[in-house]
This record gives sequence, C-alpha cells and structure tokens, in this order.
Amino acid sequence: MGDILPLVAKRLGFGLLTLLVISVIIFFMVELLPGDIAQAVLGQGATEENLAALRERMGLNDPAIVRYFDWLSGAVVGNFGESIVTGERVSSIITERFVNTLFLAAYAAVIAVPFAILLGIIVALLRNTLFDRVANVLTLTSISSPEFFLGYILILYLAVKTSMFPAIASLSGDLSFGELLHRTFLPALTLVLVVTAHMMRMTRAAIINLLASPYIEMARLKGTPPWKVIVKHALPNAWAPIINVVALNLAYLITGVVLVEVVFVYPGIGQSLVDAVSKRDFPVVQACCLIFAATFILLNLAADVGAILTNPRLRHPK
Amino acid sequence: MTDTSPIAPGLRKEVLLDIKDLKIDGYTGEEWVPIIKGVDLKLHRGEVMGLIGESGAGKSTIGAAAMGYARDGTRIVEGSSIEFDGIELTTSTEADKRALRGSRIAYVAQSAAASFNPAHKLIDQHTEAPVHYRIQKRMEAQEDAIQLYERLRLPNPGEIGFRYPHQVSGGQLQRAMTAMAMSCRPDLIIFDEPTTALDVTTQIEVLAAIRDIVDQFNTAAIYITHDLAVVAQMADTIKVLLKGEEVEQQSTEKMLAAPKEDYTKSLWAVRSFERDQKARPENATPLISVQNVDAAYTGGVKVLDDVSFDIYEGMTVAVVGESGSGKSTTARCITGLLPPTSGQVLFKGEPLPPKYTDRTKDQLRQAQMIYQMADTALNPKVRISEIIGRPAKFYSGLSGTALKSRVDELLDLIELEPSKYYDRFPPELSGGQKQRIGIARALAAEPSFIICDEVTSALDQLVAEGILKLLDRLQKELNLAYMFITHDLATVRAIADEVVVMQHGKVVEQGPKLEMFTPPHHPYTDLLLSSVPEMDPNWLTTLLEERGVDNVGEAADV
Repeated sequence: MGDILPLVAKRLGFGLLTLLVISVIIFFMVELLPGDIAQAVLGQGATEENLAALRERMGLNDPAIVRYFDWLSGAVVGNFGESIVTGERVSSIITERFVNTLFLAAYAAVIAVPFAILLGIIVALLRNTLFDRVANVLTLTSISSPEFFLGYILILYLAVKTSMFPAIASLSGDLSFGELLHRTFLPALTLVLVVTAHMMRMTRAAIINLLASPYIEMARLKGTPPWKVIVKHALPNAWAPIINVVALNLAYLITGVVLVEVVFVYPGIGQSLVDAVSKRDFPVVQACCLIFAATFILLNLAADVGAILTNPRLRHPK
Repeated sequence: MTDTSPIAPGLRKEVLLDIKDLKIDGYTGEEWVPIIKGVDLKLHRGEVMGLIGESGAGKSTIGAAAMGYARDGTRIVEGSSIEFDGIELTTSTEADKRALRGSRIAYVAQSAAASFNPAHKLIDQHTEAPVHYRIQKRMEAQEDAIQLYERLRLPNPGEIGFRYPHQVSGGQLQRAMTAMAMSCRPDLIIFDEPTTALDVTTQIEVLAAIRDIVDQFNTAAIYITHDLAVVAQMADTIKVLLKGEEVEQQSTEKMLAAPKEDYTKSLWAVRSFERDQKARPENATPLISVQNVDAAYTGGVKVLDDVSFDIYEGMTVAVVGESGSGKSTTARCITGLLPPTSGQVLFKGEPLPPKYTDRTKDQLRQAQMIYQMADTALNPKVRISEIIGRPAKFYSGLSGTALKSRVDELLDLIELEPSKYYDRFPPELSGGQKQRIGIARALAAEPSFIICDEVTSALDQLVAEGILKLLDRLQKELNLAYMFITHDLATVRAIADEVVVMQHGKVVEQGPKLEMFTPPHHPYTDLLLSSVPEMDPNWLTTLLEERGVDNVGEAADV
C-alpha cells in the first residue's frame, strides 16, 4: 500500500494545477466579454459619477491581474464576492442550490450505478440473446432522446395521467425524507434513464473484452459455471474502464442537469447558472464554473484512484 | 483398429479416452474450414501421449476437444466421437461436460502467467474447483494445495499460494498451475505446451515436476509440444500431426530410433544447418564496440553492469542468457533507445551519441533491428510496399520508380516474389513470411549491422531454419554484422562466430563459438548448455541423477 499514497498525492497535485489553469481561463474569458459591468448593473440611465463610484467600489479600475488574484484568494476560502444583481454574497446564493443538486445527483446515482452495472453483467452473460438486444435498444433509446423530452414523457404518464408523482419538484416547506424522495422521483428517474446506457454498455464491453483472455478459458476448463466466470473472473479485471465511465456520468449528474432542473422547476445550481448568465451576474457565473470544474476534477481523481485500487499489481507490489 | 499402445502385451490397461474420427471446423470470418480432418486417439489410464507438430497442426485444438471443449470460432463436426471413460462427450449436455472439467479432466495452459487470473491469489484459484465440486472443504483444499506445492518443489510451499500471480516467477507459476490441475486428482491432464515460454534452466525443473507428479498419481496425460527433445522425456507414446491429420504414432523409443514417415524424419533432421566459424579479421577496428556499459530503467535498479564486447564486420555474435539477463537492454543501449548511465558504444572507433535523437541519419542507418514478434512489429494496416519503402525513402531519399525498384530488389533478396507481395498486408502472410518482411525492412536502410532479437523463437523449426539460412546468405552477400540475441543454444551452434553469455546484467563469459562449446566452461555456461533437452529419452533422468533433484533449475542458479 505504501506506493499508492504518493501516487494519489501526485494525482491530487495535478488536479489542483488543472483547477488553477481553469480558474485563469474562467476569469479571463468572462473578462473578455464585451460591455461594462457597472453600466450593466446601473442601467442606461446612470450618471457618469454613479458609474465611476461603482467602478471604484467594485475595484474595476484595478488591472485584471490584480482582480484575478483578489478573486482567487477569495475563492480559495469560499468567498466568491457579491452578486451584482442582488448584492447578496455569492456563496450564500450557491450553497443551498448546490446542496440540492448534490442531493438529486446522489439520488439518481444510487439507483443508476448499481442498476447499470448489474444490467451490464447480465447482458454480458446473455450476450447476443434477445434480452441483450432488447436491453441495448431500450437503453440506447433513452440515451438518444433529449432529457427534456424524457422528462415531459415521464410527467405525462406518471404525473398527469396517473398522478403517482408530482410534476413539479419544488422543495418548499418542511419535508420528511420520504416526502423528499417522492417529490424528486421524476427528475431522478429522468437522470437515471439518461446515464444508465453509457455505464451499462461499458460494463458489457469491458467484460466481453476480457472473455478471450487465457485465464477466462482456464476458468471455463476448470468447470466454472458461466455466471461465476463473469462475476468472479472477468469483472474484477474490468473495473478500471467501468469506474472511469461511472465517474464521468456522476460528473454529468452534477454539471449537466440544467435542462432537467428547468423541466421540473427544481431549485438546483444549474438553474442559478442559467439565471446568472441571462442577468450578466458574473461573480455567480464564475463561481458556478469553478465548482463544476472542481467536480469534474475530483471525480476523475476518484476514478484514477479507484482504478489503481482495483489493480492487484499496484495493490500488492512484488 | 489395431491397438498401438506401447504398454507391454499382457499388461493391457483400461482405455480412458477414445477419440474416433475427430473432425473440427474453424471459422475464418467467412466460412467454416476443416482444421482437424479425422484424427483417432486412444489413451489408457496412466499413459502419457505426446502430440507433436508445427503450429497450425491442430495439437491444441485436439487437446481442448479431449475435454469436449471447442474454442471460440471452432466447432466439433457431427460424426466425431470423443468417449471419456464411457461418457460420450459430443452428445453430452454443457452442464455434464462442465462437471467433468477440472474434476476428472484438467488443463495446464501454455502461459501460466496469462492463464492465472491476475485478480486472485494462487491458492484461491487452486481451491476453486475442489470447493465447487464439494470434494473438499476450503481449508482442506488449502492444506492439500500446500502439500502439492511441496511435492512440486515450489519454494516456501506454505506461503507461495497466498501471493498474486504477478508476484511469482514464470517457472514457479507453471508448477503452481500443474498443482492446480492436480487439485481434484483428475484421471487425465492436458498439458498444452507448458514449458514453451520458459528458459531452458527453468524448463528442466518444470519437466521434472510434471513427470514426478504424473507418475505418483498414475494420471494419464496428453502432452502437447513442438519440441521433440521435450516430448522424448515426457511421453510413452508419440503422435505426430501435420495440418490436422495424423502422420504416425509410435512408442517413444521406436519413434526416436526409427521414424517411418518422411515428414517425421524431416522433423528429426531439422537442426542440420550449421555454418563454419569465422575468425576475427586481423588488425581491424571492431564495427561495434560496447565498452563498460551500465544501464538502468527510470528509477530502477541497474540492469546492465559493466558490459563490454566487440562485434567485427561480417561476423555474428550471439548473446545468450535467460530472460531478464540484460540481452535486449544491451541492444537498446546500442541503438540509443536507452542511453547508458556510464560507458560508451563505439562505431568503427568513433563514439556514438548515447541518445538516438542526437545521432545523425547516417549513424542511425548503420544499426537496424529485427524483432521477435513479426506479428506485432509490422503495422497490420500498412501495405508491404510501404513497410519496406518507408526506410528506403527516409534514409536514401528514393522516390517514384527508383523507390519501387528498390522495394522489388529487397523483396527479391528475401526470396518473396515482388509482384505477388508488393500490395499485400501483413495479416495475409504466414509467420515466416512476416519475419522475412521484417528483415527486408531492416535491409532497406542499407545497414552494416543488424540486431536480431530472438528472431526465430516464435517460429516453427523448419521455418526458423529457412530464416537462419536467409540471414546467413545475406551476411555473405552484404557483409553484414549480426548481434544475435537468443536463448536457444541450437541456434547459436548453427550460426554464431562468437558467443557472449550474460547473467544478471553481467557478461559471464565470451569467446569464439567452438571454444565456448568445449569444456571447461564457466559454471553458468555449463548450466545453460547442460539444460538444453536432448533427443535421448533418458536425458532428463540422467541429468537429474547427476545434479540431484534439489539442485535443478533456479535452485542450481550460480
């Protein structure tokens, strides 16, 4: 195990470096946008004096590089500045919504990941049978349809026609955990449908890819039953690609949910990003982008570490 | 059918496996073609039969069929009969056949390193079958595994099973796999080339272990190999196969003493090519001079330690040693792929820059390589004309018709009809032809020195012989120097002028071939030479008596 910690530390270091590069890109991309922030905030009717005063207050007269470091040093301790539109602290706007998004992502992941991997194992076992084809067609259909379309279909059948679940996932008032799960079931189900196909097909492909290996033939020639060949002999060697795809999909569950949030009017971070962009609320946009980037980097890091931990050569060095 | 069993008459044993008119088809991607064309095989309890033939003869396919198993892309044709101890396998259900596998018929694969699952400990894989068949409880099975490891003379038998496959050496893995095959005390074991991937010194201990254990438990075995000398040590009976058909079957003594068929005789006569030894030219500077080279891979330990030898123009220097002895690393230092940590490589007395990126085009062209695996060394998606044409274009700046005629000339040199092969792709060629293309690619640069890295070890003996003759002819015509990396001492005998013996990254002994093959030797050279199997069926027995059972292979490492 001694060899793994430095490896993880190294990856973490690279992750932080990547994040730094991304922060530069985010900050200066926003900087490149045309228009004057002070003008945008105060509107067309603002006087020169008011504009100048606001620029002074927001530090817009400092060179970009100085403002970048101000922003970065704030971001490191969780202070992303204040919203231009409402004047609230960005962190207080985002935190609650980010927690909501994380909750929805976790809800979908807890269903989707075990379901996709189990289904992947089953179709690998029953490869080229009717079940395999049907499962493939269904999951591919769900991944190929736009998620807002899937969302509306689910609303039509599970909310409007049968009233089993609410069509709008509002989180107002005190909700019990069960109530919460019930209210957010439809958006979670939509997300499950969107991410399952990718993970299932990777599980299937990773396992089938190994079936030509000599050790699989050896297992068969030892009289091992087919399900055990797959679960005990192929799966432990197939984890690395599966974990990578799972991580990518988890990242998608957090960063790619804008449409689903809009369809179900769910108060997540995707919605606040869309709002902020349309209102040119730059501090919020920058903060959201940085959080999304950090999510991607963290999940990929976790996938790398997971792949290392499932590799016996790295876990048990000579 | 007459019984060709070698067992003394009067001592008739019970038939264990009876294969009649076995036909197997293989799928080529378009159609089913016959690969086994009606083979009969009768094996008695306790008998060891050697199946021998070149690659593509169908040996492994027959071995798998003896378990009622058709590999992916093959099928057993109706009308074949495989009867194992009274059970007809061709008509049995998959579940019935599975119940035999592992418990009554076991399999030992060619590469134990690839056939052990990297994700599980050896002992967990060992106990899988006995626990599955409820023959033993898990703890009993573990105890039994440890006892088998001890019998197979594995080091630390109590502990070795709890390691993962990558933590155990190749020869030990092969013995652990034999132990695994024994776990349910099967009636029949199929050994599919179990020592082909091993060094000669390691091969001996595996052979000895297999022979002992088969004797002790009176297990019947089918021993598949392409190495006659090996099968002579192991088998009671030998069956020779050619392209899916039986050539002949005899008891081992008879087969070795008096083979009947021409094909069998040609197999026996394979190692006939031998070339006279050339002496070093007087007062010449060596073409390549490796001087006190040390090398290490990034962050690793030293793999080469003070390696020095010279190669003169037009001569062949064979570098021999076990895997891991630093042969290929030396080649990488010469070509500049791995800059040495100290020491230098001289070309005609001039030092070569250590890194290939610092060498001039003319320095680069002088040293070319031919690889062991022609399969992986040639890009399967590139036409032959381009594979050979690219270095000719790069080093000599040829283009258009000049380039085409150069490629034709090179194809002529390697004895392949230019018009036929010019536009073909590597996967359409046989192993020997691919290796010839590899040679042509090296020649295209017009080098004065070629490194041949185990170029014949993946080929059948007859094909390998053709390649050796070709290399010899090219050497005479083009005055080439060869550095011949090999672990096969028969090849060394055939073509080398000088021999360098390496062990653990050091040069142990070097000198002209004839001197090296005459005693007295360095103890390690002696170990290498005496470990090469000979045709005499009593060779292994005699050798083991001489060395003592506990003093073979790795144990005898000097």
